[in-house]
Amino acid sequence: MTTSEDFSLVVNGSHRSVVDALPGESLLFVLRERLGLIGSKNACEEGECGSCTVRLDGETVCSCLVLAAAAADREVVTIEGLTSEEAVLSDVQQAFLDAGAVQCGFCTPGLLMAVDALLDADDEPDELTVREAISGNLCRCTGYGRILDAVDRAASARRSQVTP
Amino acid sequence: MVTVTIATSIDDACAALDSDPGALVMAGGTDLMVEVNRGTRLVGNVVAVDRVPELRGWSLEGDRSDVLRLGAGTTCADLAEPSLAKLVPALAQAARTVGSPQIRNAATLGGNLATASPAGDTLPVLAALDAEVELRSSAGTRRLPLDEFVVGVKVNALVPGELITAIRVPVLNGPQEFLKVGTRNAMVIAVTSLALVVDRPGRTVRVALGSVAPVPVRAIEAEVLAAERCDFDGMSVPPDEVVERFAILTADAARPIDDHRGSAAYRRHAVSVLARRAIRRAFSGVPSVAA
Repeated sequence: MTTSEDFSLVVNGSHRSVVDALPGESLLFVLRERLGLIGSKNACEEGECGSCTVRLDGETVCSCLVLAAAAADREVVTIEGLTSEEAVLSDVQQAFLDAGAVQCGFCTPGLLMAVDALLDADDEPDELTVREAISGNLCRCTGYGRILDAVDRAASARRSQVTP
Repeated sequence: MVTVTIATSIDDACAALDSDPGALVMAGGTDLMVEVNRGTRLVGNVVAVDRVPELRGWSLEGDRSDVLRLGAGTTCADLAEPSLAKLVPALAQAARTVGSPQIRNAATLGGNLATASPAGDTLPVLAALDAEVELRSSAGTRRLPLDEFVVGVKVNALVPGELITAIRVPVLNGPQEFLKVGTRNAMVIAVTSLALVVDRPGRTVRVALGSVAPVPVRAIEAEVLAAERCDFDGMSVPPDEVVERFAILTADAARPIDDHRGSAAYRRHAVSVLARRAIRRAFSGVPSVAA
């Protein structure tokens, strides 16, 4: 059992100390406002929009609904950690670009995290599986057509990486 | 100074609650953090229970392994896994309609009970199954039937210092349905929901409704009708007049109100539609439904 006032998070593989956080700060708030990781977006703060999606010990969650202090020492991966090098795009990012699946871009980081997690679990998802996997990520620009196309492209890319 | 205690065992959590009975117990956080973010809940000390392995597992109990004990920390995603889904299909269906994948990865069965919202998706299923809630504190363990645990709109029977540790439900031999009406098909809070479970050896049907009363309600008169008129051997589709009567009696059990999600009249109508659909799906002429 640990009891914390100040705490540390493991974000994208690095230990990050959080000092003087106020009670009740969400993981999203700490990531954006205290650690400067502004890729995860803040919109609804109630788990409806998915724009704050991160991986917590491998599973996608809405970071706005995670109490930051309770996530101490758990493995957090944000959109900034999707690729090891910032200059290199991941298969999912490249697919979103190729398909033109980005308009205003606000939902994109959350969608990329959700799609990346989907393809880790299933690199040949049928359309229903894809739709369910991204059902927690609202996009108000695209109507999802190009996003579904991007997921198809990303899945093909992922399969060709895995199968030599 | 406000502290967040990360419990790693049930004893840990109970000790922390014993020393501070007013501390907020937080599992997935998917309900509580919404209030925290809105500023409608002030955060004092927190006991985080999402890293207690004992709360996460499930096991079969009883002489005939026909009682399922679910740890309170079982997530909605866990409930929808095939190994659990085949034991309590209606609970899996309900869990799969909760929020989004992100929410289901965090949200727990114990949390759904603790929130005790009339729209809690797992609650009608637990009501239909006559679930029992296991509570633990440093003073000991007690068990409450669901209807003594969920006692009002967002009111439960937890006393300060107490933790929900498990939920027990029977593993029944017979089909189960969970149906939900919302404004769309995903990410939606129930306007009306219905759970129906069949116990073929016991020759009973149990029906419970969500979002149409302060607490989940059972449609007892509809259950009596179904027990008398349904074909538990051949599982044949009941005659139309039985289905209609079943739908009317089920709707009569609802005590809905008008609110921002729907009118009472709409909800009562929706209950009758769901009742018809559920009984026809459960008794669909296929006699060998695996439990």
